[in-house]
Amino acid sequence: MVPTLLSVEALSKSYGGVHAVRSVSFELRAGEILALIGPNGAGKSTCFDMLNGQNMPDSGRIHLLGEDTVGRKPRAIWRLGVGRTFQITATFPTMTVRENVQVALVSYGRQLFNLWGSTAAYARDEAGRLLDLVGMGAYAERPCGELAYGDLKRLELAIALANQPRLLLMDEPTAGMAPRERIDLMRLTASIAREQAIGVLFTEHDMDVVFEHADRILVLNRGSLIAEGSPEEVRGNPQVRAIYLGEGLVYDARHREGAGA
Amino acid sequence: MAFYFVQFLTGLASAASLFLVASGLSIIFGVTRIVNFAHGAFYMLGAYVAFTLTERFSGALGFWGGIVVAALIVAIIGVLVEMVLLRRIYHAPELFQLLATFGLTLMVQDIVVMIWGPDDLLGRRAPGFKGAVDFFGQNIPSYDLFLIALSPIVLGILWLLFQRTRWGVLVRAATQDRDMVAALGVNQKWLFTSVFALGVFLAALGGALQIPRDAVHHALDLRIIVEVFVVVVIGGLGSIIGAFVAAVLVSELNAFGILIFPKISIILVFLVMAVVLIVRPWGLFGKPEAAARRTPGLTVTPWRPLTSGERLMSLGALVLAAMMPLFAGNYALTVGSEIAIFVIFAASLHFLMSVGGLASFGHAAYFGLGAYGVAFLAKAAGLPMIASLLLGPVLGLLGAAVFGFFAVQLSGVYFAMLTLAFAQIVWSIAFQWVEVTGGDNGILGVWPERWAASPANFYWLSLGITALVVTVLRVMVFSPFGFALRATRDSPLRSEAIGINGKRVQWTAFVISGTVAGIGGALFAYLKGSVFPDSVGISLSVDALVMVLLGGVETVSGAVIGAIVFKAANIWLVSQTDLSKLVLGGFIVLMVVAFPKGIVGTLETIRNRRRSAEAKKSALVTSRIEAAE
Amino acid sequence: MRRRHLLGAGLAIAVAGMAGSAMAQSEIKEIKIGEINSYSLLPAFTEPYRKGWQLAAEEINAAGGINGKKLVVISKDDGGKPADAQTAANELVSSENVAMLAGTFLSNIGLAVSDFANQKKVFFLAAEPLTDAITWSKGNRYTFRLRPSNYMQAAMLVEEAAKLPAKRWATIAPNYEYGQSAVAVFKKLMSEKRPDIQWVDEQWPPQGKIDAGPVVQAVAAANPEAILNVTFGADLVKLVREGNTRGLFKGRSVVSFLTGEPEYLDPLKDETPEGWIVTGYPWYDIKTPDHDKFLKAYQAKYKDYPRLGSIVGYQTIKAAAAILAKANSTDPEKLIAATEGLSMPSPFGEITFRKIDHQSTLGAYVGKTALKDGKGVMVNSVYRKGADYLPSDAEVEKLRPKD
Repeated sequence: MVPTLLSVEALSKSYGGVHAVRSVSFELRAGEILALIGPNGAGKSTCFDMLNGQNMPDSGRIHLLGEDTVGRKPRAIWRLGVGRTFQITATFPTMTVRENVQVALVSYGRQLFNLWGSTAAYARDEAGRLLDLVGMGAYAERPCGELAYGDLKRLELAIALANQPRLLLMDEPTAGMAPRERIDLMRLTASIAREQAIGVLFTEHDMDVVFEHADRILVLNRGSLIAEGSPEEVRGNPQVRAIYLGEGLVYDARHREGAGA
Repeated sequence: MAFYFVQFLTGLASAASLFLVASGLSIIFGVTRIVNFAHGAFYMLGAYVAFTLTERFSGALGFWGGIVVAALIVAIIGVLVEMVLLRRIYHAPELFQLLATFGLTLMVQDIVVMIWGPDDLLGRRAPGFKGAVDFFGQNIPSYDLFLIALSPIVLGILWLLFQRTRWGVLVRAATQDRDMVAALGVNQKWLFTSVFALGVFLAALGGALQIPRDAVHHALDLRIIVEVFVVVVIGGLGSIIGAFVAAVLVSELNAFGILIFPKISIILVFLVMAVVLIVRPWGLFGKPEAAARRTPGLTVTPWRPLTSGERLMSLGALVLAAMMPLFAGNYALTVGSEIAIFVIFAASLHFLMSVGGLASFGHAAYFGLGAYGVAFLAKAAGLPMIASLLLGPVLGLLGAAVFGFFAVQLSGVYFAMLTLAFAQIVWSIAFQWVEVTGGDNGILGVWPERWAASPANFYWLSLGITALVVTVLRVMVFSPFGFALRATRDSPLRSEAIGINGKRVQWTAFVISGTVAGIGGALFAYLKGSVFPDSVGISLSVDALVMVLLGGVETVSGAVIGAIVFKAANIWLVSQTDLSKLVLGGFIVLMVVAFPKGIVGTLETIRNRRRSAEAKKSALVTSRIEAAE
Repeated sequence: MRRRHLLGAGLAIAVAGMAGSAMAQSEIKEIKIGEINSYSLLPAFTEPYRKGWQLAAEEINAAGGINGKKLVVISKDDGGKPADAQTAANELVSSENVAMLAGTFLSNIGLAVSDFANQKKVFFLAAEPLTDAITWSKGNRYTFRLRPSNYMQAAMLVEEAAKLPAKRWATIAPNYEYGQSAVAVFKKLMSEKRPDIQWVDEQWPPQGKIDAGPVVQAVAAANPEAILNVTFGADLVKLVREGNTRGLFKGRSVVSFLTGEPEYLDPLKDETPEGWIVTGYPWYDIKTPDHDKFLKAYQAKYKDYPRLGSIVGYQTIKAAAAILAKANSTDPEKLIAATEGLSMPSPFGEITFRKIDHQSTLGAYVGKTALKDGKGVMVNSVYRKGADYLPSDAEVEKLRPKD
């Protein structure tokens, strides 16, 4: 039996009477890649922020790796073994690529208040290994601020993997990337996830990415979960079709949508 | 009852000028993100020019015309300053503009004395508003009533300007999101210049309107600028209505505060500012600042520890410095000690400001606390010098621990202002608690013991401690903690997402920085043999900022070089000329324009450029600069 | 300002220059005095002061210098900061090898230099600082002071104030050591002479930042019969303007420190309040030969009238010259010995440096303010000799630490 990494029950959040997320429940298992999709304003980001600890739900329960995480700070959730990437990359532009990963390793090794050691020597090889894993080994000594956007996304993935996470939360992992890069990045993510039995929850606009890589898909609309299932099941769901067609978007593997809306 | 009402009206009248100046500062900051230190100088210029015009042209028309024309003339000067100076440095690191405007302020102080002479000038009273109105036995000056009526009118005009004109809409949009306006294809240059002109006009008008109440003199600028900062911060940066409410609040606090606590009126406003910032960090009417889209003014070149060759060179420089007593006289050695102490002070601020991204405007507080700590221990407790030197900085540590806890909850300008408020509170205590601190007259007779008394020995002591402190701080920069601190500065979002408790990291850095500043202060007390409230004062805090910025805020060793250059230039100029402010200010302005990255930053750029002859300047950097254009 | 060394542009050269000048011992042909004051911070007061001492130096050298040697005054600006004053003092002593230090205006700077002088065993003649501490509680054997102290000025004013019928008094003073001690001494001396009076209000506006309207209102609300004012400079201007407009001074007696000095009185122009009891310097009314001589020389040289600062600057260098001439040496111990008990002429008549506390007996004029041709003047002025307004020797002994 594959263990449940994340279980969400009746999660709700409203802003000034508007229900952003309405009683959403789902589960995620180790090694599973779960996509959270929905039109703009469906509540994906709110949902994500609550899982990540950046936003406090009004009601509902979140169990991450067996622990109740409602009300915990992002950094506490990270300590549980959750890696995170952002829609707009968040890295440390004044450091080298390797140093970006090393900082995460320093934090993982609980050396943050070490005033005397040398960071350059700290977990140098481990940082190199992570960078090799995401295909950034050759860029290790480059200033992070000089990287192209696609490379930053890869770097973020390496940073997110530094705490040997059990779960990856990826918000629009391929936003702003060229189509070729999108496929590469998601393939990479999927292979790492499968290899290390990491669960992945991601939101995504690009339906090609979603249908090619997700094991399961959750569809949100106006804060409510309206469909859940395998790509095939979701693709055939008339309700989902209605929403997306209503938005003028076609999600067929043969068509390519432009960059994330 | 009538008395309280009149007192209230008096407070309102005092609020008028404060509001005019503060709204100008707020508008300028909102759009250009410049903390315009020269705003007080424009206020003072307004008063001086208005004095000349109203003396020259008599009659009601001469007076009121003179006031308005004076404000216009100063606004034109402001436009020139913006076009010639500020335009060149909008892309420089944050706060660099503060340095430039600070330099301007210094220059103006000397220039007004050269033009208008050293005497206090008494301007004319306003025609038609010379007398007082009787209100149930209390006299209200009619000019006060005029001022009371004026500020809501100005507020109304500004409101109309911002709500009803296209220009106003642009300004509001720019205040909320500068990048967006740039993206809309608005001519930013013109927008910035016009905003600056309006802000300066308001400041100068505020100054000109003071001549019937006040004497015109060359210290007017500093008198108003700090208070205006306070008003703008309490009201919320960029908010005009906030500036209005805060100006009234501050003035009324003053008017009624002196009835209840006549002696603490001096710190009342700072206490209020501290409380407001702690409870409502973005001011009463301000909006929480949106997270910066890009970290402003950060170089792409990552920091690296010294290479072995560079280490050898530093060691050589240290040895060379240590040999100074062999050929230099006592005075040069004492100056050398003073420079060394300021290297410690600048390095401590650098750790907080460059590594931690927290620019403190009140760093002298911890320097001064260290100095007073030594004075208390040596004079009151009679401890020997070594013990005092070791324990004195503990006072700086304690101060930094308490104030830092609150300060690191904020960031950016609000952090700067809260640290300023704390420093002012410490200064006021030093200044007024005469029984303990000796007040203005300070604590005397804190001289070093015999073994350290000779200038050479004291120089070696200072140099040794400085070398130690600078080395330790440098090691910390490259330690895991240093990286955690830089991570928090670079991206709060990412650092939180990798388990870094940013506030705690910053607080720790604040305490380290305050303690190191305290070490500098402790040595300073022994160097001078005395401690005065000056060593907690704003001008010393500003000196520290100048030293760090001058050296290069984005570099690791900029603070050291900046401190040496600034302090040496300062001492030399003060010794050589009475116009030291003019020359020093001009020097700072020139440096800012010629080396917008600071001395060390510029050297590094040159070296890097040489290294990568193929000029592989990243597309990203170029696009950033273009976007900012 | 004398620039005696051509220092190169580079700062390294500057440091080397500082070092070099220490070695270049001055030729024996001249005697140097190191002078420090807050020229850039307080030009309104220090400019006339500078003119005063320049005149004195010129006169001394025209008369053959000090025992045949040329007197050279090297002047430094302290920017109003005690720490910078000490740097300047150090430069003067270590690099310029001056025979003595002189000058300073602000009390805290006077104290800082006095402490420096004590530590480095240098003779210091404090010109203008008023604080009592400099000769009493923090006095030292190397420091002498020329100008009448806070205590002396208070005692002169109390003599007049005690004659007033007023029983309800309010005080307005800048909130720092000078203001606080002026009020404290005045209250103490006044209450000794007039146990029947009551202190009904005190206002402590921040120095240089008075918010005059509320202060005037608050004092008026306490309804005193008399007011003691210690504010000066721009604060005084604001206070007077608000007080006049709001009728604070109507029907009330005002006693005011220093207000009769031209530095403070002249800016008030036609708004000068009449009838205030003040200490000051009515140069237009003094008809003594000593003063006439000074006044003529000063006006001839500068085409301007003297301020009190001019007197202080003039007499500081005159006194320094007298001391150096009598000691005929630059050894500090000999200078001290020469100064203790030394009497000399001054534009205000003969003065003596007391042995007991190193205070000079220079006095001040006490009179009333009045308006004349749209300008503020002092009338009915009487010169009060400093010697008459100092406490008994026994009391001074108690106030001053033993050397």
